[in-house]
Amino acid sequence: MTHAIDRRTILKTGAAALTLPLAAPALAQGKTEVSFFYPVAVGGPITKLIDSFAADFEKENPSISIKPIYSGTYQETIVKALTAHKSGTPPVTSVLLSTDMFTLIDEEAIVPFDDFIRTDADKKWLASFFPSFMENSQTEGKTWGIPFQRSTVVLYWNKELFKEAGLDPEKPPTTWAEQIAFAEKLTKRDGANTTQWGIQIPSSGFPYWLFQGLTTQAGAILMNPEGNKTAYDAPAVVEALQYWVDLSRKHKVHPTGIVEWGTTPRDFFERKCAMMWTTTGNLTNVRTNAKFPFGVGMLPAGKRAGSPTGGGNFYLSKKSSKAEQEAAFKFIQWITTPERAAKWGIDTGYVAVRGDAWETPAMKDYVAGFPAAAVARDQLKFAVAELSTHENQRVTKALNDGLQAALTGGKTPEAAMKDSQAEAERILRPYRR
Amino acid sequence: MTRRFDRSWIHAWLMLGPSLALLALFTHWPAVATIIDSFYSTPRPRRPSRMVGFENFEQMTADPVFWQAVWNNLWFALGTIPVSIALALLMAIWVNDRIAGRTLVRMAYFTPTVLPMIAVANIWLFFYTPQYGLLAQVLGVFGVQSPNWLGSKDTALAAVTLVAVWKEAGFFMIFYLAALQTISPTLAEAAALEGASRWTYFRRVQFPLLMPTTLFVLVNAVIGAFRTIDHIVVLTKGGPDNATLLLLYYIYQVGFSFWDTGYAAALTVVLLATLGLIAIIQYGVLERRIHYR
Repeated sequence: MTHAIDRRTILKTGAAALTLPLAAPALAQGKTEVSFFYPVAVGGPITKLIDSFAADFEKENPSISIKPIYSGTYQETIVKALTAHKSGTPPVTSVLLSTDMFTLIDEEAIVPFDDFIRTDADKKWLASFFPSFMENSQTEGKTWGIPFQRSTVVLYWNKELFKEAGLDPEKPPTTWAEQIAFAEKLTKRDGANTTQWGIQIPSSGFPYWLFQGLTTQAGAILMNPEGNKTAYDAPAVVEALQYWVDLSRKHKVHPTGIVEWGTTPRDFFERKCAMMWTTTGNLTNVRTNAKFPFGVGMLPAGKRAGSPTGGGNFYLSKKSSKAEQEAAFKFIQWITTPERAAKWGIDTGYVAVRGDAWETPAMKDYVAGFPAAAVARDQLKFAVAELSTHENQRVTKALNDGLQAALTGGKTPEAAMKDSQAEAERILRPYRR
Repeated sequence: MTRRFDRSWIHAWLMLGPSLALLALFTHWPAVATIIDSFYSTPRPRRPSRMVGFENFEQMTADPVFWQAVWNNLWFALGTIPVSIALALLMAIWVNDRIAGRTLVRMAYFTPTVLPMIAVANIWLFFYTPQYGLLAQVLGVFGVQSPNWLGSKDTALAAVTLVAVWKEAGFFMIFYLAALQTISPTLAEAAALEGASRWTYFRRVQFPLLMPTTLFVLVNAVIGAFRTIDHIVVLTKGGPDNATLLLLYYIYQVGFSFWDTGYAAALTVVLLATLGLIAIIQYGVLERRIHYR
């Protein structure tokens, strides 16, 4: 069936090309169209990059036309993609959060990639991605997402302020205790006023993600791979939250209350905080805007080193035709070749998603001139899956509310985590049958 | 005679038709559909939607987040409505007089209304930033340590309320200004001849004549207080720990983040019913006390 369509397409395009070189619309009709939703979550010329990728792919594959559609933030993109799915005409492929996997499976909105993996080359391609990125892409023994714009949490520090405080500007803190000791030296007070904070860990919007850095370091894993059980009230999790709360309340080296995710990079540029935790996706942003030498390091270790992964995967829509899915699969394979994964990583700051991308000449040159770019890759050894469960948004909100309650002083860390766990239990119970 | 009557009927329907169709399609049908949906469970691929009666509404009574949103919204309404109306009236009377640079002042008051809410919220995000935000700097001059306005539970709701007041007051001012200019100057002259003070003139003449405008503005303010969502998304996302969660934002979360459409429909019905009730009170009770010319 597909062959027949292909042959007809070729004949039609061939004939059209011979007889009517100017009839572009007729030509386009024989093409398989792949609509493609993508969000923008970091600074940089993302739309331009995507458009140029699409144009290059079309040049090599004249029978496929790629239609990239910018669709807002991750949050807005999944709303649009699922609404389109419910109305019957979803985009053939979309880049959505890797943590949305269970939601998309439950809504029966996506198909696994396993049916498309046929040749040995395909198998090799699938095996080339960093294993820690695949943790949020596979469940029930199937692969549902292909890593694309992925990240981890890293520590940025201001080398000038380190020097001023008598610290070695080349050495970031490597343990929890060091992190406090460094931050104490880096905090400047003017009477009751603090003019410069030692450290900032943002807690607005999605505090769970940065918190997962702390819980991983404390030795806890927040959920099971089946996505139907959480461990919010485990002792190690409470300990991690206590550490975060203590940074502001006991040691007074971290602002009290909620720290804005959006303004934290600016606080760093304005020298209002000496160290910050944020995504490696902000690397290009910081490189452009910091007016001082800065360092990028792995997050300090507690019982162990650790950070969650984050960011977006490619998904294939279930309601698209087989031909459209095949075309999209071809595009996804094309855009994740080592050279293109490397280019994408260099231009945006995201972690290039496969090992061999780091062996390309372009990437080697880049890392040689800017070693900070390799930190996120090196940290992947210690990375764990990002919090992702069935009813993901709701279960995550239960944790976020608890975190904010503890950080604003409304509840003790222990009570807050107990409440969050109770709420998550209530939501997830139906998925355990 | 009958023929002409028919023609005018056809004309009338042709004129009304488009708006009727749009109104039915985008206002009445969604409202009716929402009410129907609120009695059904959320459809899932493996568990199709079924009639559940009042289950969604029972869930609401036991949902602490919903009650918090209700309380937040009440405080938000109490904070925005009287203050923004009073401020609008004050500004309108002020710029209605012949003062120097009147046009400039009017424009300045009206500017917040013209700006898109998302842009406004982003600007305020930096006003509220601890340490170097505008508020922190102003307070710093007096040696006061600025609190973390959006990041602490005690101040977050007040902070987002203030943004709404700032945005709404300029809009309401325009209506008051228009109404003030229709008041005949002879009344002011008469009052002056009688030796009435400025306050008496306002209390006995201006304010009563402005009552129809006040009712209109009040209805708008109430709707506005329950409709605000955009600046919450930018400023706090309902946090910290639900301290600034308003009803409409909660409905959005339940509907489009959790995809629990059945429960979201039930929440919407409650919001609709509340607004309907308030409108009945406003028009049924208040309107009788208003003097129209």
